[in-house]
Amino acid sequence: MNNILVMPMIIPLLTGILLVFLRPYVLVQRVFSLVSIAATVAVSVTILNLIQSDGILRLDFGGWLPPYGISFVADSFSMLLVLTTAIVTGILLIYAFSSIGRAHENMFFYPFVFFLIAGVNGSFLTGDLFNLFVCFEVMLLSSYVLITLGGRKVQLVESIKYIAINVLSSWFFLVGIAYLYGTVGTLNMAHLSVRIAEVGQGSLLTVISIIFLIVFSLKSGLLLYFWLPGSYSAPPTVVAALFGALLTKVGIYAMFRVFTLIFYHEPGVTHLMIGIMAAITMIGGSIGAIAYNDIRKIVSYNVVIAVGFILVGLAVSTEVAIQGSIYYLIHDMIIKALLFLIAGTMIYLTGTARIQNMSGLIRNYPLLGWLFFITMLSLAGIPPLSGFIGKVYVGQGAIEAGAFVLLAIAFLSSIFVLYSLLRIFLNCFWGETIINEDDDVPLKKGMLIPMVLFGILTIALGVGAEGLAPYVTDAAHTLMNPKIYIDAVLNSDS
Amino acid sequence: MKINDVILQTVTKIVVFIILTFGVELFLSGHYNPGGGFIGGLVLSSAFVLLYLVFDIETVHKGIPFDFKKVAAFGVLLAVGTGLGSVLFGASFLTQTASYFNLPVFGATELSTVMLFEAGVALTVVGVVVTIILSISEDV
Repeated sequence: MNNILVMPMIIPLLTGILLVFLRPYVLVQRVFSLVSIAATVAVSVTILNLIQSDGILRLDFGGWLPPYGISFVADSFSMLLVLTTAIVTGILLIYAFSSIGRAHENMFFYPFVFFLIAGVNGSFLTGDLFNLFVCFEVMLLSSYVLITLGGRKVQLVESIKYIAINVLSSWFFLVGIAYLYGTVGTLNMAHLSVRIAEVGQGSLLTVISIIFLIVFSLKSGLLLYFWLPGSYSAPPTVVAALFGALLTKVGIYAMFRVFTLIFYHEPGVTHLMIGIMAAITMIGGSIGAIAYNDIRKIVSYNVVIAVGFILVGLAVSTEVAIQGSIYYLIHDMIIKALLFLIAGTMIYLTGTARIQNMSGLIRNYPLLGWLFFITMLSLAGIPPLSGFIGKVYVGQGAIEAGAFVLLAIAFLSSIFVLYSLLRIFLNCFWGETIINEDDDVPLKKGMLIPMVLFGILTIALGVGAEGLAPYVTDAAHTLMNPKIYIDAVLNSDS
Repeated sequence: MKINDVILQTVTKIVVFIILTFGVELFLSGHYNPGGGFIGGLVLSSAFVLLYLVFDIETVHKGIPFDFKKVAAFGVLLAVGTGLGSVLFGASFLTQTASYFNLPVFGATELSTVMLFEAGVALTVVGVVVTIILSISEDV
């Protein structure tokens, strides 16, 4: 029994509820949300270190033992993501204070951010497939609210697509769960893994696994990303950053969990499919990223490319490649938040989203320009920034597994990322200054500080990758050896 | 246009109490028989919705001056709170307990913490359903 495990979900949930009662007091809401995010970070760090000393932790809700009850299971992989989620949300909240506006703050903006975080953290921590579905829904419901809040026309148009596609994929998720329960009679992930290993992953179970692949692909934007660029460019900057940083990552997490723990017996079918889908995703994302002149679209397609890249690690499925994916996942959560913030800030400053209408921004806002430069290098994977280590490990893993085509596409996509961002940099930051001194919009400190914090984080993550290494190694080791996870969940002594 | 709905209003005044009683009955039959917080809450909220339909929003607000969004939030708080209560007593999160008490009028009665949890669920359902109906009606 480790009640601390439930805290990364319960603290945001309680905060969200209490903030509903504090609706008129905006200042109290802000302070309260920062304090509780800090508490979430502290709890996550504690759990992460606890795992290193005691192994995987488990909490059975209400004392009902698995496989009958619902449990939360924390291994290094899930806790690394929970910790990153908390940190990224904390910094994004600072940005929201100065950018989101009173109308949002009075319309339950902060409570829904916290409900979203509760859903995200719940999805990372749960050890039960149906509970994963529930946490997904908590997260998605909050995201529906956040994407429509404000009610501009473009938001409503995009949110209808977003909700329709997510309701459809949730339905597929339920169908998949029902098939799986009908076939093997359990929904606890560890128990599922044991039973599927016993009966063998026949063609029926492989088909079911492909249903899950489709579901998580829709959620994470792997191949089925057609809904993503539109939905992610409609909401206000900080919400877009929250979505870009967190939501697709939950789908990716679920895919890693399901295809390393439960359906790992037929890599010739499932992992090959993931590989092909990742390749097409990277190609499509690259084309999208250079095809548009709308800065929000370019940034959104960069999310798509990253999804493909991370899943290369899962497709080749060696321990080194998985390590690379985990590094890249953490890096991507931070850097995508920063990228979305910079793009949103540029639109705020210039009043336009088209890159040919901006020019010479680095004269007016030097720090913003240099931050964008750092982001660009980090996304392209230049050492010593945080994107480097992930790319190296994924590449090394792909070479070990002999997946040279995938490797080539993955690294070519990095060039396209660099090119698409370089285009923004050359068009918007270089060149003649078109905003004169008198009518340039002042860049608020409250907007700049969070971006600088993210900038520091990406440098720190690159330089300090050594400090993260033991956690990531442990996470990848657990993912590649399902037995460790199963033993931790199904032994009933604790 | 003034609609004459004397019959509807008169019937509602009686029916609402029947619905409310049935809702409480469903809620109390809770955890051993069919019933519980969710359906109990749905039936309770149908009573409120009926009131809103038959009388207008202002009149009902005079009688029931709650912000139903806050009712929903309070419900979730109660449900999560009972979960956290078990943490305070050193048990796993969401552990429920029950035991028998000798009460003056009722005799030996079973009181259980799951009742508080279910009350939270019921309040949430009432709050959410009424909020949904009210916000739909605002649009028209």
